[in-house]
Amino acid sequence: MLEIKNLHARIAEDGTEIIRGLNLTVKAGEVAAIMGPNGSGKSTLSYILAGRSDYEVTEGEILYNGQSILEMDPAERASAGIFLAFQYPMEIPGVATMEFLKTAMNAQRRARGEDELKIPDLLKRVRAAADELSMDMGMLKRPLNVGFSGGEKKRAEILQMKLLEPKLCVLDETDSGLDIDALKIVADGVNALRSPDRAMVVITHYQRLLEYIVPDTVHVLYRGQVIKSGEKDLALELEKNGYAGIIGEAA
Amino acid sequence: MNVHAQTTLTPAESSLIDGFAGRIADLPGDADVTVRRDNALELLKAGLPTRRVEAWHYTDLRRLLSAVPAFKPVSKAVAVSPLIDHAVLLPVLDGVASNRDARLPDVAVSTIADRLIDGDMSERLEAADLHDTVAAVNAAFVSDGYWLEIAEGASLEKAIELQNVHAGGQAHSRFVVKAGAGSKATIVERQTGTDEALVSSISHLEVGDDAQMLWIVLQEQPDMVSYLGQFTASLGKNAKLTLFVMNSGGKLVRQEIKVTAAGQGSEFRLRGINLLAGETHCDVTMVLDHLAPDTYSTETLRNVVTGRANGVFQGQIRVARDAQKTDAKMACNTLLLSDEGGFSAKPELEIFADDVACGHGATVTEIAADHLFYLMARGIDEKTARGLLVKAFVAEVIEELDEEAVVEALETRLDAWFAEHG
Repeated sequence: MLEIKNLHARIAEDGTEIIRGLNLTVKAGEVAAIMGPNGSGKSTLSYILAGRSDYEVTEGEILYNGQSILEMDPAERASAGIFLAFQYPMEIPGVATMEFLKTAMNAQRRARGEDELKIPDLLKRVRAAADELSMDMGMLKRPLNVGFSGGEKKRAEILQMKLLEPKLCVLDETDSGLDIDALKIVADGVNALRSPDRAMVVITHYQRLLEYIVPDTVHVLYRGQVIKSGEKDLALELEKNGYAGIIGEAA
Repeated sequence: MNVHAQTTLTPAESSLIDGFAGRIADLPGDADVTVRRDNALELLKAGLPTRRVEAWHYTDLRRLLSAVPAFKPVSKAVAVSPLIDHAVLLPVLDGVASNRDARLPDVAVSTIADRLIDGDMSERLEAADLHDTVAAVNAAFVSDGYWLEIAEGASLEKAIELQNVHAGGQAHSRFVVKAGAGSKATIVERQTGTDEALVSSISHLEVGDDAQMLWIVLQEQPDMVSYLGQFTASLGKNAKLTLFVMNSGGKLVRQEIKVTAAGQGSEFRLRGINLLAGETHCDVTMVLDHLAPDTYSTETLRNVVTGRANGVFQGQIRVARDAQKTDAKMACNTLLLSDEGGFSAKPELEIFADDVACGHGATVTEIAADHLFYLMARGIDEKTARGLLVKAFVAEVIEELDEEAVVEALETRLDAWFAEHG
C-alpha cells in the first residue's frame, strides 16, 4: 500500500536535510511501528506523508497504491485516503467542530464522487463514533480543539479518523500526553479500525503504546533512515537495551 | 469664529456647498435650526479636512471624497427586509421617514422632521469642533429620521430596525433614542442603498440608569457610496451598551463613535467587523470617555482586507481623573489577504486617574499556515479551507453576542458577503 524509496527531504526554509535515503514498505492490513530517538525524523516523515509544504522532497519516491503522491496537495492526499493523526492537533478558534467534521467528510465524499451526507445521518455517525471514544457531544459544540485537554485532542483525532475512514493511517506520537485510561480508549479506537484493507503507520518514542496497539512490524528510524526492521519483538529489545545498541550495530 | 477658506475648493466641496442654496428651502427647521445649518455650512466652506488634521490623518477626506452627487427630486428607495425576523421597521427612504405614524408598545415615536421645527433638535446640530465634519455635513442637510423614547423599565420584546435606505443622490438622516431607566432593547441601524450617493447619518443614544442596549450598525452600502456616520452615546449609572458595527460596503466610509461612560458602574462593549474588498476605504474612529468610577469597556475589532481596500481604526480611550477603577481593553486584529490592501490601527490611551487597568493591542496577520494545513489534511480543499478560516476569524466576534436570533442573522449577512467576495 505504501512504498517509500530512497526518500531524501529537507526543511524548505533553511535546507536542513532531515530524511536521508529512507526506505519503507507497508502492506495493506499491516500495522507498522516507527520508533526512534528524538530528532531521528519521525514527525518529519509523518508531515511529508500528509503533504506539509514546509518540507521539500529532493530525491526518491513515495508510492501509495502504486501511485506517486508527491505532486498531490494535502487535501488531495486526504481524499485519496491518507490520514495523519497529529502529535499536536491545531486549535482553531471560530471553526465549530461539528461544522468542520461536516465540511471534511463531505469534501472527501465529493472528491470520491459519493453523495454528501445529510445532517441527521452525519449526526448519527458522529454520535456513534463519539460514544465509542467516551467523548461528550458537548465538546463537539466547541470550536475545533479549543480548550480541549491533551487527551481530548488525541481522542478528537481518532474520532476524525473513524469518521473519515482512511486507508492509510499515520499516527504521530498518539500516546504523548495521555494517561493510561485515555491511552486504552485511544488504542481501542485504533484497534477497531484495523482491517485487511487498511494500513497503519504508528510513530512512537516509547514501547508503551505498542502494548496496546500491537504492531506487525517495527522499524527503527535514525538520522533520517530506517536502520533496522523486524517484528514486534524488536520493540521489546529496544525497550530493554535502548537505541544505542542498534545504532552501534548499524554504524 | 473666523474661518478662512482654502485657496480653491475641490469639485466635491463646491457641489456640496453650492447644493445648499437649492436645498435649504426644502429642509425642515425653525429659525434656530436654520442658523445652525448656516454655521455648519460655514465650517464646510473652510474646506474638508486633509491628512494634516490629526483626527483625519488616515482618511484624507478632501482627497478621497471625489464627487458629491446632486439630490434626486423623486424618491425611489424601498425598505429592505429586517435583519432580525419580526423586528419593527422604521425606514427612512431617501431622507424621508416613511413610517410616520408608527405605534409601538412602550416606545414613543416621532420624526426628526417634526423635532427640527419644535426646538428639540437645534443644539444637537452643533459641531463639536472645527473638524467635526460628519456632524457639519449632516447638520447642514439633515431632512428626517426618528426620535424614540423607550419607557422606563420596558423590556422590548421585538427589536427595532432603523433603516436609512437611498436610491442614489444624497441622504442625510438622524436618529435619537432615549432608553429609559431600567429598559432593555435591541436596535438595528441599517445603512444601505442602491446607487451612487453621499450619505450621512447620525445617531444619538442615551442609555438610562440600569438600562441595557444592544445596538447593531449594519453598513452595507454599494461600492459607489460615500458614507459619513456618527454614533454618539451617553451611559447612565450601571447602564450597559453593546455596540456592534459591521461595515461591508461603501467606497468611502467614515464611521465615528463617541461614547461617554458618564454613570458610575456603566459598561460599554464595542464589537466591530470590517469586511473590506475592492477599492473601499473604511475608517472607524472611536473616542470613549470614562468619566465615572467603576466603569468598564472592551473594544474588539476584526478586519478582513482583500483587493486594494484600505482600513483604519482609531481608538481613543480617555479616563478622567475621577474615573478610578476603570477597566478598559481594546484589541484590533486584521487579516490581510492581499498585498495591495492595507490597514492602519491607532490606539490611544489618555489616562488621568491613577487606579485603572487599561490595555490595547493591534495585530496584522495572514492566514496561519499550520491551520490551513490542518484543515487540508482532512480533505478540505484550499479555497474552502481559507474561507473557513477567514470566516472563523470574524465569526468569533459575532458569537460573543450570545443572542441566538441576532447571531444567526449576522452570520447570514457574513455568508452573503463571503459568497460575493470569497
